Amino acid sequence: MIRVQREDFDIGIELDRLASGNHRIGGIASFIGLVRDMGGSDRVSALTLEHYPGMTEKKLAEIELEAHRRWPLDASLIIHRYGRLEPGDRIVLVATASPHREAALAACHFLIDWLKTDAPFWKSEDTPDGERWVEARAEDDAAMIRWQGRSSEDER
Amino acid sequence: MKLLYFAWLRARIGCAEEEVALPHEVRDVAGLLDWLRSRDGRYAEALQNLAIVRVAVNQDYVGLDHPVRDGDEIAIFPPVTGG
Repeated sequence: MIRVQREDFDIGIELDRLASGNHRIGGIASFIGLVRDMGGSDRVSALTLEHYPGMTEKKLAEIELEAHRRWPLDASLIIHRYGRLEPGDRIVLVATASPHREAALAACHFLIDWLKTDAPFWKSEDTPDGERWVEARAEDDAAMIRWQGRSSEDER
Repeated sequence: MKLLYFAWLRARIGCAEEEVALPHEVRDVAGLLDWLRSRDGRYAEALQNLAIVRVAVNQDYVGLDHPVRDGDEIAIFPPVTGG
């Protein structure tokens, strides 16, 4: 399931709901992304997340489908927020449920790596000098490339 | 054709969305970007470094040689930074 929303989410409720009623599920893996205070001399008071409505949902649905193609998942959830967020706020939740931990953990890692390079979101930081757009990190591209060309057989 | 701009490209161009009539000679994404750069200094400045420009046609990522047609929704934006 995909949700793109301005409001916060409750991790406990979301994870409970993911496995509710399905007793095949043996484990849930999750990743929660938070707004980080970058520190240093430039204090960031808040972030604003912009996205491309329509394409965001399309890309997230494609990414989720690809995870289900690669691993035996019983359920998955991606929630991504947009709008103004402050340090410590939750930005993203990725959760995957499977009979066994290997698939759940690998698929969760795959989803967050892929989301960071494919989902059309952009962060700008509020600084004393005005808005500053966050630059994409080469490490994120490298993390995504690791998943390319790996078949589902390699993962299982 | 609908053009959409996001993040610092939107800020530099000064526009989030516009409807344009495609000139006859523009056939692909590279041609569209050339034409936009020739329209105005703001476009020329925002689109000068294509290494940090991504293009989506009808909500899918495409390369510079991808064809463009009237009726397409074309989004131009920097590399993404979500998650």
